Formats: sequence, structure tokens, C-alpha cells
Amino acid sequence: MLKGRHLIEPGDFQIEEIESIMELADNIITNPKGYSLVCKGKLLASLFYEPSTRTRFSFEAAMLRLGGEIIGFDDPNNSSVSKGESLGDTIRTIECYSDIAVIRHPREGTARLVSKFAKEMPIINAGDGGHEHPTQTLTDLLTIRKYKGGCDNHVVGVCGDLLFGRTIHSLVKTLNRYHGITFIFISPKELKMPENILNQLNPECYQETTNLDEVIGDLDILYMSRVQRERFVSEEEYLRLKDYYILDKKKMKKAKKDMIVMHPLPRVNEIATEVDDDPRAVYFKQAKCGMYIRMALIAKLLGVEEIQ
Amino acid sequence: MINVSKLKKGIIIDHIEAGHGFEIYKELHLNDIDDVVVLLKNIPSKKMKQKDLIKIETDIQIDMNVLGLIDPNVTINFVKDGEMYKKITLNLPKVVEGIMKCKNPRCITQHEDVKEIKFFLVNEEKKQYRCEYCDAYTTFMEEE
Repeated sequence: MLKGRHLIEPGDFQIEEIESIMELADNIITNPKGYSLVCKGKLLASLFYEPSTRTRFSFEAAMLRLGGEIIGFDDPNNSSVSKGESLGDTIRTIECYSDIAVIRHPREGTARLVSKFAKEMPIINAGDGGHEHPTQTLTDLLTIRKYKGGCDNHVVGVCGDLLFGRTIHSLVKTLNRYHGITFIFISPKELKMPENILNQLNPECYQETTNLDEVIGDLDILYMSRVQRERFVSEEEYLRLKDYYILDKKKMKKAKKDMIVMHPLPRVNEIATEVDDDPRAVYFKQAKCGMYIRMALIAKLLGVEEIQ
Repeated sequence: MINVSKLKKGIIIDHIEAGHGFEIYKELHLNDIDDVVVLLKNIPSKKMKQKDLIKIETDIQIDMNVLGLIDPNVTINFVKDGEMYKKITLNLPKVVEGIMKCKNPRCITQHEDVKEIKFFLVNEEKKQYRCEYCDAYTTFMEEE
């Protein structure tokens, strides 16, 4: 039963629960009209303490497509935060008005903290600094399910900024709970997967490399990520690492015919635009999956998943 | 050599690494209790060369959880009617609450007033704990 629960990190839900959200997403994709009013009369608080286009739009689109409505802010300077209000007080106040809340915040652990103040209102973590981004994980899983037929038994290459990439941390920890997953972590030495994530994996189930060319032919899924300027203190270091990996047609020739390329977007230079037309490139389809999985998640947490 | 009279009741915390006695005194909030407390520093010891020792003449229960973090090698002797009736050694606590602070500068606990943060033991050898909020690892001595 997911009604009333928080989603702070993917580990909050059992794999069976995640599968049930994906099943509902599949139903919504098949019959969107049937779900277009299930959230009528419900309010979603959209609390974005740092800039986001994609995630915020997909949540807001998801709620609107379920027939619900939205309140919130996308700039903390326009909220009580600018008056020095604590997060706890903000959430306790918003709970008086809203049925469910989505929060993005630059500080790690914020969503977990906020969930301790919300007594009845489900909290969804839409990204907390470099820490977790569970709805991106659900998006990724739905994409894998849709384009690879399920989430078990894959060789998954994860490439780019593995140190600060919150989407990657969440995805790796969750895929690790499926059967038969092998990871190949591809990153510059400075942006390696952190120790606290590696410690959670069986050492036989992953390998680390700096060379994408050498391993691309082994992969079923290639998950590319952006080197994020906002996570670097030194601009010089960012400029040195930002174009470390560029996936282009030449590299794609070495990949399996049924490998899929994923990316949480926004992309900068890490995937050349010439790859976009390759049928294996599913990153824009992935963005669409993001809206459907968020519709399913909202419906589940509000307990309104039955077609009206 | 200074002589301190034999304890009739209470707790003796022995084999404290020299120099850690005052830290334990502070962490156990011994300043807040009205009973007799004696802190001995740099006592000659055959086993440790030098050690600290704390005697507390009290009936109240003291949370020893924190001791495992500061100095897991200490011995705790419980005394009743002038006789030692129980002796325990310590392990690192699996969960610590309200003692440590997260060292991750990006953790929300560094920016909001968060009390009683829980930490979960992840590596006994390295004394590493995981923050309940940001999952970053913090070593007890590192965070001081």
C-alpha cells in the first residue's frame, strides 16, 4: 500500500511496489483519458528551491493531466525562505493547504528532513543536491522496462560524472536490487563513483574504467550523464572535465544493435546531436516516460489509482 | 601518588586512553550530576603506560553508548556495597543519536537547526558512520 507514503529515496519502496507503479504507468500510457480526472479536487505543492525545468514541468504536467491543481514556487526568493523561515515551518504550513508535495532543494538530505514534519501529506523528493533523485530513477526504470523488456539481466554502462550525479546514484542502488545486473562505471578518476555507493554493491557485479571505447561493445544499456557545472567549486576543473566523454556515431558503431542510450537530460556535449536519430537513442522517449511515471506515483501516493 | 578513597557504590570507568578522560567527562555530562565524580589523569599503568580513570559515586543510570565511540577499549566496573559486581567492555554503537555532526558541507543539517541526528555504523574498523539525511560517511574523530 503506497497511499500516504513518502518517496525520499528509491530504497523507501520495495521492488514489488516500484513494479506496481510502473504497471500503473503502463495503464496510463494505454488509457490516458481514463485517468484524466482521478486527482480532481487535489492540490500538489511544487516547492523548487533551485532551478529546474524538466522535473518541475513533468510533475506539474503529471498533476494537471490527472485533473489536479498546483500551487508552489520555483524561486525561493519569492517564498518565506527569504524571510528566514525554517523548512519545518514551511512544510507544516503548506500541509494545511496541500494534499501532496514535491520538493527540490540544493542541500543533501532536505527531503528526508522535511518528511519528518509532514504528518499526513506525502513528500516526493525531486532532487536534493548531489544525493538522491528517486523519480528520475523511476523514469529510468520505466524506460528500461519499455525498451529492454524488463529490468533484470542487463550489462549497464554508466558514464560521465559518477561522483556528483545523483540520478546515477539512485539508479545504481535500485538496479542493484534487480537480478543479474552488471555495472561498468566509466568516468575520469576525479569523478569516480563514491565509496558509499560502491560499498553497497557486490564487488563481482561491477568494474570501473576510464575508457568508454573499450567497453561500449559489452553494454545492453549505456547511461550517459552531464558533468554538472553547479557541483564544481573550480571553474578550471569543470572546463577540464566537461568534455571528457562525447558519444558520437563512431563510438555507436562499436555498440550492440539493441543497446539503448539513456540520459537524464539536459545534455550539453556528452552526446553528439548526430546520435539523436539513431533508433538506440531513447533519451527523449525517456523524458516522456518521466511524466507518465510521475502521474502513476502521484496517483498511488494519493490512493486515487482507480479509473473514474 | 594521589590516593582516592575506595568507591562504595557507582561506576568506575577504567583503562581510558591517557588524555581522553576529560572528553568522556564532558560527553557523559558528568558536570550536571550532583554526586561525587573523580577524574584521574595520567595514572601510571603497566598495560598502557599511562591511563585516565573516572569514578562516579552514584545510583543513577548513565548512558554509556557514547563511550564506545570515544574509546572502545575502556572497561566499566559497576560497584555496590564496596564490591565490584559487574564488569563490561564496550563495542562501537550500531546507531548513534545526538552526539555526532555530519561533516558533509552540502548536508542540510549544516544549514538548518537539526537536533538529534542519527548515524548508522558502516565500518567498525574505520569508525565510520552514515548520516541519516545525506548518507555521507563521517568518522567520529573527524567530525570533532
